Amino acid sequence: MTAQPTSNANVPFGQRLRDWWNSRSRFEQWACIIPVVVFVYLLPYLNFFPLSTEPWTDYELALFNAARLGLIALGLNVVLGQAGLLDLGYVGFFAIGAYVAAIMTSPDSFLDNPDYSWFVVVPVAMVITMISGIVIGTPTLRLRGDYLAIVTLGFGEMVRLLADNIDPLRGNRGFQEVGRPPGTYADGSPIFTQTDGKPWYWLTITCIIVVLVLVGNLERSRVGRAWVAIREDEDAAELMGVPTFRFKVWAFVIGAAVGGLSGVLYAGQIGFVNNQRFDVVTSILFVAAVVLGGSGNKLGVLLGALVISYVPDRLQLAPEYRFLFFGLALMVLMVFRPQGLLGARQRLLARGRQAYVRLVGRPEQVGTESALTDSGSGVGS
Amino acid sequence: MDKARLVRIVALAALVSLGVASCAQQGNQATRNDNGTDSGNDTVVVEPDPAPEVPADAALPAGDGKAQCAKGTSIAYIGTIAGAAAALGQNILWGVRLAVKEHNEANPGCQVTLKEFDSEGSPDKAPAVVTQAINDPSILGVVGLPFSGESKAVGKAFHDAGLAQITPAATNPNLSKNGWKTFFRGLGNDSDQAPAVASFISDTLKAESVCVVRDDSEYGIGLAELTTEALGDKVVCEPEIKTGQKEFSAVVGEITSADPDAVFFSGYYPEGAPFAQQLRDAGYEGALVAPDGVRDAEYVKNAGEAAEGTYLSCPCLPSAGFEEFSKAYQELSDREPSTYSPEGYDATTILLKAIDAGNDDRASVLEFVRNYDGQGLTKHFKWDANGELEETPVWMYIVKNGEIVHLKDMGSGT
Amino acid sequence: MDLPLLLNFVATVIQASGGSIDFNTQLLAERFWANTIDGLAYGSIYALVAIGYTLVYGVLKLINFAHSEVFIVGAFGAYATFVMLGYQPGVTLETGLGPLIANLTLAGLVAMLCSAATAFLLERVAYRPLRRRNAPRLVFLITAIGASFAIQQFFLIWRGGNPEPSIRLLRPEAVFEFENARITQIQIIVFVAAIVLLLVADTFVNRTRLGRGLRAVAQDPDTAALMGVNQERVIMLTFALGGLLAGAAALFYIMQIPQGVLYNGGFILGIKAFTAAVLGGIGNLRGAVLGGLLLGVVENYGQTLFGGEWRDVVAFVVLIAVLMVRPTGILGESLGKARV
Repeated sequence: MTAQPTSNANVPFGQRLRDWWNSRSRFEQWACIIPVVVFVYLLPYLNFFPLSTEPWTDYELALFNAARLGLIALGLNVVLGQAGLLDLGYVGFFAIGAYVAAIMTSPDSFLDNPDYSWFVVVPVAMVITMISGIVIGTPTLRLRGDYLAIVTLGFGEMVRLLADNIDPLRGNRGFQEVGRPPGTYADGSPIFTQTDGKPWYWLTITCIIVVLVLVGNLERSRVGRAWVAIREDEDAAELMGVPTFRFKVWAFVIGAAVGGLSGVLYAGQIGFVNNQRFDVVTSILFVAAVVLGGSGNKLGVLLGALVISYVPDRLQLAPEYRFLFFGLALMVLMVFRPQGLLGARQRLLARGRQAYVRLVGRPEQVGTESALTDSGSGVGS
Repeated sequence: MDKARLVRIVALAALVSLGVASCAQQGNQATRNDNGTDSGNDTVVVEPDPAPEVPADAALPAGDGKAQCAKGTSIAYIGTIAGAAAALGQNILWGVRLAVKEHNEANPGCQVTLKEFDSEGSPDKAPAVVTQAINDPSILGVVGLPFSGESKAVGKAFHDAGLAQITPAATNPNLSKNGWKTFFRGLGNDSDQAPAVASFISDTLKAESVCVVRDDSEYGIGLAELTTEALGDKVVCEPEIKTGQKEFSAVVGEITSADPDAVFFSGYYPEGAPFAQQLRDAGYEGALVAPDGVRDAEYVKNAGEAAEGTYLSCPCLPSAGFEEFSKAYQELSDREPSTYSPEGYDATTILLKAIDAGNDDRASVLEFVRNYDGQGLTKHFKWDANGELEETPVWMYIVKNGEIVHLKDMGSGT
Repeated sequence: MDLPLLLNFVATVIQASGGSIDFNTQLLAERFWANTIDGLAYGSIYALVAIGYTLVYGVLKLINFAHSEVFIVGAFGAYATFVMLGYQPGVTLETGLGPLIANLTLAGLVAMLCSAATAFLLERVAYRPLRRRNAPRLVFLITAIGASFAIQQFFLIWRGGNPEPSIRLLRPEAVFEFENARITQIQIIVFVAAIVLLLVADTFVNRTRLGRGLRAVAQDPDTAALMGVNQERVIMLTFALGGLLAGAAALFYIMQIPQGVLYNGGFILGIKAFTAAVLGGIGNLRGAVLGGLLLGVVENYGQTLFGGEWRDVVAFVVLIAVLMVRPTGILGESLGKARV
């Protein structure tokens, strides 16, 4: 309490940056964010040395894939980071979104006239994944911790296996010519194609921003506070009168909706959906993106997604060595930065921060301690 | 008291295992006798046809050695290199590398670069690498993609870019029905193979009842459906398996219960090998027939003695006659040419011929391939409007003394 | 009670009511005992691997996701032993009973050592630094995934994407038939050996001094430390024990499925074994055994009944159904409970 924050010799740079950021007003923060957003939108044009992934793989599509994983990570972050529910089957929601899009638009579909507009597909897919979130969540969310993990893993696998086994879902054969957002250039060629990553990337970034704003608002609401309470101590939350089960289902459903949305984007870009990319490994990579980036920190999980998706593309290692390197990098990163690249933080809201600065005379001290950094009741707690 | 109970349990376990060991000894003898009397009872002996020689007029990549082309002219291989079922991709890739090497050595005036892209065999990774290939203007033609699933995902992109694509391995019939003007198949498709398999099973093997086992791939399902259709009511059971499955006790049980004269396994070798072994272990003695996805040295290595006598169909010609090719392939890659190595070599040869003929843009290469009419190592190449070959030989092979040897020419499809 | 007959009755009832999925109850009735026996032999492998998950979970409360790689390293170890003993892929060699037992035992020991060494190394490299830093539990999961990826890819690069050519020391032959189920000598060897190993492990944990230390740490690490239990040693012991059993399981696995020696060959089995551990009650040794055997048997019934493609669905449905009724598994989490 006596230490002067200005004598910052022993305050790490990251901490100073955060303190500086936290003492800005909401307006000043926005002023800083806008150029960053513009830069993110301009990324596809920066296809040269330090950023480009070519000639290994198409740069714009690599960006799209990273952005898509970012969107998924944001959705999973609601479940895993906010509410603290270890969901290893998140890929199931992603798959359901992709399949709904395929069934509603692909000529291979069993529907009579599968020719719905993309703008119809998106809400329908999101609603269906939300319903499936309720269906999966209701029986499973009464379980705790690792039991929940294995059951969700089971459900995720079951979505894939059902897609494989139920004939109308066409298993490995898949659906071709999945619908894309409408729109053509002046010369009549469609804007959204399989090979041009730019429009997809911009669309996904827009989705990410919308989700960031919505989820951010939710977090600051009663729902968000309930999630944090559940994450920190479920029993205590229950005792304080938080209807934990209901809020857990809520987290599941909102996460599912975002997963479904990214599934639709994925299906549209590839134009082809079959059961091959919805396996456990994919699901675990999603979790890896969230935990690596910093579970509970929205910016962190986006960074995590970038590391998981873009970095292997960027490195252009010999294909044989890419995943070996990836595995080792994952280990090393986590050993040296267990809280994730950007850890979760509990902080006051904008007005609270201003009040804090006025009362205490220095920026709020943001700790990194939370239940997520607790090793549970095992050794080392 | 607990200690005493434990001692009792251990003693009991030891007794049981002793008893089992002695039973095992007796059992061994009994079954061995069974095998001795049963084997060879109702096996049909099929006389092998002679292997085809290298056709005298086969086009080889070396050409006349006088070709001229612009510096930096490239072709591409797109397919699995390190991903799923990498062995198949490697078979093809070395064939492609060999053709390019022979071409460049013979033609100092035309050095063609081979660019390799790893699609990891997945429809999900393929679009990005294909886009990359399409955006590289020096690439005039593509050998690939080997698998039906990934080909399906990217065929349209090739069509839109006007980049000729010769697949050396994807055999799903529907691929040519999408109106892609750039898609050419360098081998027969499953609808050529299925009738050949069916006629071999019913006419040559004289099987009255057949079990058709299918995996969950585009290839396996398509081939199984066509074969089942051709076999009609001879099919007595249709079990399904999964890619990556290693334990088949239930499927094998279903088959031994039905006790068919022949089993047709419609899938790839990674599942085919353990399936064959477990099927034989369960005492099944009828014929086992499998398609080109199983026709790989890996199958024989993995299934061991259980592979012996397996009949394998393939829309590919025996490479036994292609001595020079085999030798050169082995020198370059340090491995035997295997399934689709000659097909990869042939496909590359056609693209190289197009470049040698002075075609220096994609449109003219595409036109050249479309009108190509010439003999290759494996077959005569002339495509119809859909990119299907007009003449597609199918051969039956058999595993004999640990080698895949050719057995019977099943004739050409249309 | 005659089970096959009962099943036949159920079959007629279901078929009369007209199910949408193709129930093959006839086949299940016919192959009931064969399924049970295959399931027990395969399930005993699940059980041995599941113990590795359960022990680590019991002591550290973490899912050792890389345990499937511990298992597959053992399989590679056993395979290498076969090769060094002069066995060739292809034809099964006919050796006498004596050398056969000696060779199998040797391969088993090598596999166990390889697996234990891997588990040990894993603990040192991937988990210990995190424990030192008091990292969140989820992070262990991610390093485990990283380690699992790295080991898999190492084998992929070194040994290629094809399974090792199968080597068999003995061909499965029916020892006797029981209600038209063939029972092979391999199944009997695997089952009996697995049961003996499981008994040894159970005795070790429940009866010895070291085992008591292990249970103490599982129950309350801090108090155990105060009582003089060396935590680090107990943790190493936990990983080593899990590794040893996984190595034995690896030998049994490649005896049954010789093509299983593959870089990612442990992955699915690992997930199944983990499922088995949760089914029985994770953290509970006997629960893992029960879960493993049960999963093996139920899976087999399921795939006979609905067709092979429903096998994994059946496994997960059973898991979910059991957890709905008993949220901590069939036997509950009891490694820590000092029951004598």
